[in-house]
Amino acid sequence: MSEATKSLKSRKHRLASSFIQLKVLNDNGHSNGEAYSFEGKLHAAGHYPLKPLKTEILQVNIGKMCNQTCRHCHVDAGPDRKEIMTREVMQQCIDAVKNSDFNTVDLTGGAPEMNPDFRWFVEKLDKAGVNIIVRCNLTIILANPRYYDLPEFYKTHNVVIISSLPHYSARRTDAQRGEGVFAKSIQALKMLNEVGYGMDGSGLELHLVYNPSGAYLPPSQESLKKDFKRRLKSDFDIEFNDLYAITNMPISRFLDYLIQSGNYDAYTDKLLEAFNPLAIDGLMCRNTVSVGWDGYLYDCDFNQMLDLKIGDKAPLHISEFDEEMMLTRTIITNQHCFGCTAGSGSSCGGEIA
Amino acid sequence: MGKPYYIEEDLFKFGSITEFQPELGKKFFSYYNAVFEEGALTEREKALIALAVSHTVQCPYCIDAYTTASLEKGADEEQMMEAIHVAAAIRGGASLVHGVQMMNKVKEISM
Repeated sequence: MSEATKSLKSRKHRLASSFIQLKVLNDNGHSNGEAYSFEGKLHAAGHYPLKPLKTEILQVNIGKMCNQTCRHCHVDAGPDRKEIMTREVMQQCIDAVKNSDFNTVDLTGGAPEMNPDFRWFVEKLDKAGVNIIVRCNLTIILANPRYYDLPEFYKTHNVVIISSLPHYSARRTDAQRGEGVFAKSIQALKMLNEVGYGMDGSGLELHLVYNPSGAYLPPSQESLKKDFKRRLKSDFDIEFNDLYAITNMPISRFLDYLIQSGNYDAYTDKLLEAFNPLAIDGLMCRNTVSVGWDGYLYDCDFNQMLDLKIGDKAPLHISEFDEEMMLTRTIITNQHCFGCTAGSGSSCGGEIA
Repeated sequence: MGKPYYIEEDLFKFGSITEFQPELGKKFFSYYNAVFEEGALTEREKALIALAVSHTVQCPYCIDAYTTASLEKGADEEQMMEAIHVAAAIRGGASLVHGVQMMNKVKEISM
């Protein structure tokens, strides 16, 4: 099995192309296309075309730069990626939030903290009075002395922290996120606990994200949460609020892993067989709009990475954001969407069904 | 090289056993699915028991299926290996406990 230490893009890998990824995903070898297509499943469930329900969360990907190179990363992020959002585009996001119903801004990346305008953006969003989520990879807090005060900074702006910790064992976490990541993540969690994050009565929310370290579906979120609570408390005296179980999306570096390891067919068949129509109502594309580092709009972060821009003539760029048109658009779907509807469903907030 | 007796893809064709005898096959799967539902035992506990039994009956299909199921029910590697040790201990113990019978017989026929 190849150890990915660089992004697909810098390796000039064929899967760095979103076109090739979509080609792989759509070449499923089944003659009866309708029964195996996500669109067909939506039709059968009476949900086609898929429409948004509200504009609640603006998820802003402020850059692909990251201090880690996780093997499953759907962003193909890494230290070698230089694409980051400018302050000008951040201001356009703030303007869109002020003129619409968005109540939450969810900052993601890469490691969003590596964008030099990250703190400026958080301060401005705080002043605008929205809830702020930061998807913090934990190790960034220890990556450089200039990040050591991040827990205090988050606290000052009452930021909700959502952090990936795929397992309470070093073996599984490091296998997915890189050698030594587990130990550093534990240290960072302790720093967050110290300023009050995840502690009872502090009002400072710290949520963890579990995703499988391989080609299988996540267990029940509730039972995992109990295991994580018990093990992180007994082994490391760490507290956190909630645990979100997320399914690995068969795109980008996880797609590469699936193909390299010979698990692609079995995994995509499993997602299809586990299609759960009850997950459709809770799909995050129905209450979220995703913004790329360059300001272009997408139905979700996964569509963003596949370069599937927002459809139905809705303005393509955040600078021209139009809430009414956004609410009448048709959501763009493709075969990867089975990742969000399998079993108990999956979203940036965990299970949905 | 001849065809192998065990073919990995056959696991996914398990349901097709109803083709030759639908009524009994359907009854079996209905029972099978009910067995693995959460009850007095959790789904995870049942997956781990199934994993241990799979090793005892040495069924490659079952081992593949319940390795995946154990992971998907939230078991970790340590728990899974301990489950197999339980199977191994019972297997080994089942041989050794018959040692008493051997000893009895030795004593019966010996001076």
